[in-house]
Amino acid sequence: MSVLDDNPTRERRPDWAAFAIAIVLGIASAAIAWSTYNAGGIATTQPVGPKTVPYIVAACLFGLAIWTAVEALRGDFPEREEQQTAPIIWVVGGLIVQMLTIKTIGFSLATALMFTATAYAFNERRVWLTLPFGLVFCFLVWLAFARGLQLSLPAGPLERLF
Amino acid sequence: MNTFELLGQGLLTALQWSNLLYALIGVTLGTAVGVLPGIGPALTVALLLPVTYRLDPAGSLIMFAGIYYGGMYGGSTTSILLNTPGESASIVTALEGNKMARQGRGGPALATSAIGSFIAGLVATLGLAFIAPWVVQFALSFGPSEYFALMLLAFMTVSAAFGDSTLRGLTALFIGLALGLIGIDQLTGQTRLAMGTPNLFDGISVTTLAVALFAIGETIAVVASKTAMDEKIEAVKGSVWMTKQDWARSWKSWVRGTAIGFPIGAMPAGGADVASFLSYSAERQFSKHPEEFGHGAIEGVAGPEAANNASAAGTLVPLLTLGLPTTATAAIMLAGFQQFGLQPGPLLFVSNATLVWGLIASLLVANFMLLVLNLPLIGLWVRLLTIPRPWLYAGILTFATLGTIGASASTFMIGPLPTSFELGLLLLFGLLGYLLRRFGYPIAPVVVGLILGPMAERSLRQALQISQGDPTVLVHSWISIVLILLAVAAVFVPMILRARGKGQMLSAMAGDED
Repeated sequence: MSVLDDNPTRERRPDWAAFAIAIVLGIASAAIAWSTYNAGGIATTQPVGPKTVPYIVAACLFGLAIWTAVEALRGDFPEREEQQTAPIIWVVGGLIVQMLTIKTIGFSLATALMFTATAYAFNERRVWLTLPFGLVFCFLVWLAFARGLQLSLPAGPLERLF
Repeated sequence: MNTFELLGQGLLTALQWSNLLYALIGVTLGTAVGVLPGIGPALTVALLLPVTYRLDPAGSLIMFAGIYYGGMYGGSTTSILLNTPGESASIVTALEGNKMARQGRGGPALATSAIGSFIAGLVATLGLAFIAPWVVQFALSFGPSEYFALMLLAFMTVSAAFGDSTLRGLTALFIGLALGLIGIDQLTGQTRLAMGTPNLFDGISVTTLAVALFAIGETIAVVASKTAMDEKIEAVKGSVWMTKQDWARSWKSWVRGTAIGFPIGAMPAGGADVASFLSYSAERQFSKHPEEFGHGAIEGVAGPEAANNASAAGTLVPLLTLGLPTTATAAIMLAGFQQFGLQPGPLLFVSNATLVWGLIASLLVANFMLLVLNLPLIGLWVRLLTIPRPWLYAGILTFATLGTIGASASTFMIGPLPTSFELGLLLLFGLLGYLLRRFGYPIAPVVVGLILGPMAERSLRQALQISQGDPTVLVHSWISIVLILLAVAAVFVPMILRARGKGQMLSAMAGDED
């Protein structure tokens, strides 16, 4: 995910991470064109149908992919700061846990887990403090928005008590 | 009816209790998110879209505009006291403002930015009220091909004209355009790029994309960075009030900042960040104390702060009269109009005159509220800066996921486990937002592409339908030709400047957010 800085000097070398972006853009462009080509045609009498603009976007993305590849090989991308990977995993992990559990255990519990994981990522290691606080906070938020503003937020065992 | 009468009627709407309350909520929220690092007005309006779905349209739009104005006020506080801009339009304020705060002149710096913002907001909002009817008259003659040309111009100025790379701006734009294609085509009902997933038939929600790119992407970028964690807040020492000399040095800068900011916002020529940067360089040239620049010159705070507020008001000219957003915040506000079944543009001034003029008049009211909030109550906002990072970002992500689920509660089954589809998208686009930041891609073009893309496509197809497929219809009127030529110039002139090594100014104007 995070690519370590391999460019400490100002010397211009091929930037392989940026080259990977070019490849992803190329794949995306092909996928758009392929998906549009294979979509069942709706009979249309219009000169410009629903497929025209997707083809244009795909073509432009392909052009940009080639341009990106050229800039990547010439090392034209800005230098990148070195990154810490562990905190990213905590934030992303928290969001994944929330996404997987929210429909089962409800908004407050699932979001409290994410809250705790995010705080942990930012070096707040007192889980005994962040977890209960997160739970109360998320539950109050649920009350305000689900009950007060009629927003549809998933309810779990905790929310059903109220 | 002339503008004065319309504005008077608008004031009557704006002064209703409910609308005053919406304006107050808007400016308070706006100031808060402006002050807090990591979140800006674009994100806040995006989060509020699902929440306001069932509320009063006029009130909600007044609130959104209040957030936009408030964000411009609040951003300066963070720049001056923390040296970290609260939002992108306040980057240059940090240059001189933080130096002033370190010399114990934080009070006058905050004062000159609040008063400058007030004056600029007032003048520019009146400018909006008087220019809008003219633009509307002009725009009534626009057909689909003129609109298409106009949107082409907006695409190019938002993506390619500023920032440090044409390539990365255009790539960001096309990522947004591609995302905008997903879902059921409005004109024929054909499903496009949905990969057979019914959850995608309605397309990508603006809220999900904007929240992911701004909140999740920013959070990951901050947490991953080794240097972003240590910052020092400068206490406000000494007198908050400006001395006679401060006033004498500030007022010309306020006027110049307003004069620079309003047209830049009003023409599709970039956002508040561009305006504040140009104002800063103008102040450095006009100043009688050029030697003070870089060491805390008050002009360097007064000018840009006036400019970014004036430009926020200016942005509303194309947004309201043409339905054309030129910044990320304006694009999300456009989505807000559409959520209520309203389409900004010349017709809105006819069909919903009360709402439009109520909104414009509310901006005048909001501006007065902001002056009160930001001068006597400044100490309160400074306290917001003392919230420890872990709690702040955990809270931001809580609200981010809340707004996303509110936008769409759809379920996606992974085997037997029901999961939230929208949160999955949020994470995916959040990682995209992080990678865009890491590789120096601008964020705003993605959001603008998503919202404006389908509208541009509709105009293009309508134009070609009318001409029965003849593409020359796109260059049939001189208005279209001029707009398309400007769009081409917006791409190539900066490229030539960059190639000649004059790119630093453009890259300094790179806007991240608003």
